[in-house]
Amino acid sequence: MLSALIAAGVLKPTAAYAAEWNKAAFEAHDTAGALKGIGAGAPADSKDLILKVPDIAENGAVVPVDVISNIPNTTSISILVEKNPSPLSASFDFANGALPEVSARLKMGQTSLVKAVAKADGKFYTAQKEVKVTVGGCGG
Amino acid sequence: MSSMNRREFLQMLAAASVAGAALDARPLLAAGNADALYDVPKFGNVHFMHFTDCHAQLLPIWFREPNVNLGIAGAFGKAPHLVGEHLLKAFNIKPGTREAHAFTYLDFAQAARTYGKVGGFAHLATLVKRMRGGRPGALLLDGGDTWQGSATALWSKGQDMVDACKLLGVDMMSSHWEYTLGDKRVQEIVEKDLKGKIEFLAQNVKTTDFGDPVFAPYAMREMNGVQVAVIGQAFPYTPIANPRWMMPDWTFGVQDENMQKMVDEVRAKGAKVVVVLSHNGMDVDLKMATRVTGIDAILGGHTHDGVPRPITVKNAGGQTLVTNAGSNGKFLAVLDFDVRGGKVQDFRYKLLPVFSNLLPADVEMAAYIDKVRAPHLDKLNEKLAVSEGLLYRRGNFNGSWDQLILDAIMEVRDAEIGLSPGFRWGTTILPGQAITFEHLMDQTAITYPASTLNEISGETLKGILEDISDNLFNPDPYYQQGGDMVRVGGLQYTCTPHAKMGNRISDLRLKGKPLEASKKYRVAGWAAVSEGTTGEPVWDVVARYLRDKKTITPRKLNVPKLVGMQGNPGFAGV
Repeated sequence: MLSALIAAGVLKPTAAYAAEWNKAAFEAHDTAGALKGIGAGAPADSKDLILKVPDIAENGAVVPVDVISNIPNTTSISILVEKNPSPLSASFDFANGALPEVSARLKMGQTSLVKAVAKADGKFYTAQKEVKVTVGGCGG
Repeated sequence: MSSMNRREFLQMLAAASVAGAALDARPLLAAGNADALYDVPKFGNVHFMHFTDCHAQLLPIWFREPNVNLGIAGAFGKAPHLVGEHLLKAFNIKPGTREAHAFTYLDFAQAARTYGKVGGFAHLATLVKRMRGGRPGALLLDGGDTWQGSATALWSKGQDMVDACKLLGVDMMSSHWEYTLGDKRVQEIVEKDLKGKIEFLAQNVKTTDFGDPVFAPYAMREMNGVQVAVIGQAFPYTPIANPRWMMPDWTFGVQDENMQKMVDEVRAKGAKVVVVLSHNGMDVDLKMATRVTGIDAILGGHTHDGVPRPITVKNAGGQTLVTNAGSNGKFLAVLDFDVRGGKVQDFRYKLLPVFSNLLPADVEMAAYIDKVRAPHLDKLNEKLAVSEGLLYRRGNFNGSWDQLILDAIMEVRDAEIGLSPGFRWGTTILPGQAITFEHLMDQTAITYPASTLNEISGETLKGILEDISDNLFNPDPYYQQGGDMVRVGGLQYTCTPHAKMGNRISDLRLKGKPLEASKKYRVAGWAAVSEGTTGEPVWDVVARYLRDKKTITPRKLNVPKLVGMQGNPGFAGV
């Protein structure tokens, strides 16, 4: 499956725990369905949610994604790849004031928007950026 | 004042008039101005010289600038996306002059005969010495794409260029094609040959595992009492545009944030002048200059744009000069800063064309070049054919050299379609000139030269063209990757550069018939980036074709029908 999370990355905060498996969200075939699955209908854009992804993927099979939330009381971070067959790629819960920062490697089959969604005080926030996946070659 | 004495001047005048004797009076007039061309008075107290993308051209060559270099969206009508008369007008260069010839394709063959060849390390060395003479402490910066582009560089695994650069007195360098020698070879050169001599700088190359820096990000020097810093920027998309398997453990990218960190770090250490030696390409540099503050100048390359004057970009921290210094040893840039009261007060910039007829060859460098070429002369000088027409590569779409390569691989491999990479390097052949094996290597000398023959569906072909056109025409420079548009043989298409990704390519036809999505076509190509690609080196395939034809008639360019580009100042017909 293209949507499979290749590696969960290194969870920097020791107090972070993986979420319980949210089948409906992970198996949704579009972004709206995945957002609904994690309980986020229409998350608000936030500058305090930092999404770090490359402009162009060096290797679509392992695209590095870092998400840091500076939103107080962040309790979860999810990562979605819009054009993947199952957009929801990863979801992390943070308990007991764990630092909401995650790092993962995702597989992307084609150029797509990558979205981070954070939950804080019951509200959802988002940041997004396009990551290009290209055939390459023709190098200048 | 000039360091050239009266005798040298007369010799030069004589040489120039002989070179152009059969043509017209222009060389005599031009030679009279030669001293003025290279008489660049020293200004201020901090000095940089910059050349870039020489592509291993040790000898003087011809290099025709593009007649198609389209600027899309924010880049429309702005340098570097100006060609021919548009460029001359924007930079107040008089048509029909030596400078006009250096910076444009106009009247190329005739002007090339008049003004002679450009570049060559022996002539560049003379110019470097002359500039250095009046500028104590000046640093010589090489923007990279130095160890690739010629037969001798390929055969010596970059060694001929490494030693030439040490002799030239390069102080610091950036990188791109260097990596196609493989990560181990790059590290070997950096650790053994360059150590203590040339700083190999790259703030944006990290290990893929822990993100550790692979090379020094910057170097600092004191120059005439002023602390200066040079930060290196490698081509951000090297593992995408070139084979990733050749540097599998390294990751690149623009890395704005780390660039800002490096600028802040060198400023904190006392740098009063901060220069980035960049291989981003000019559009990426122009964007980076809006986002990163505290850089006095970005000395750029990669896109091979000979831009006569810097572009000043305003940003939150003040302003940054952005330059691009052409390619193939054709230009040397001289940037002087007046630094007083702890900051840059003013600057002067000159992009000097290196006319080999006006600059006597440096004796030591000429002897070195002779020595490295001597064992290969028989092979290099083999005359494969004579070209009746002008052969050049540079431009957004097929150049005549690419067309010749396409015609050759399609005929030899019996393919109905040909694809050839949109490289920006490659020297020019004048009408009537013999094509030697060396010239052919100028177009093809890469470490992944296998020629291929594949069965590709119409749908996949369209996908490839869409993908590559987005690498060229995406309105956001950070999503542009690599070179010019892939050169296409046999297949006709329409291209709409300012359409969205996936919608730029239409009306694909083969011999007038629409391409079928599900049908497979025989496609000849070369320079595949995937590991394990095998096949005869493309230069052998093309050499066979040239030997067989003996005379190469002027090529008919297979260029796409362009939509919406009339009136674009980066377009002068194809």
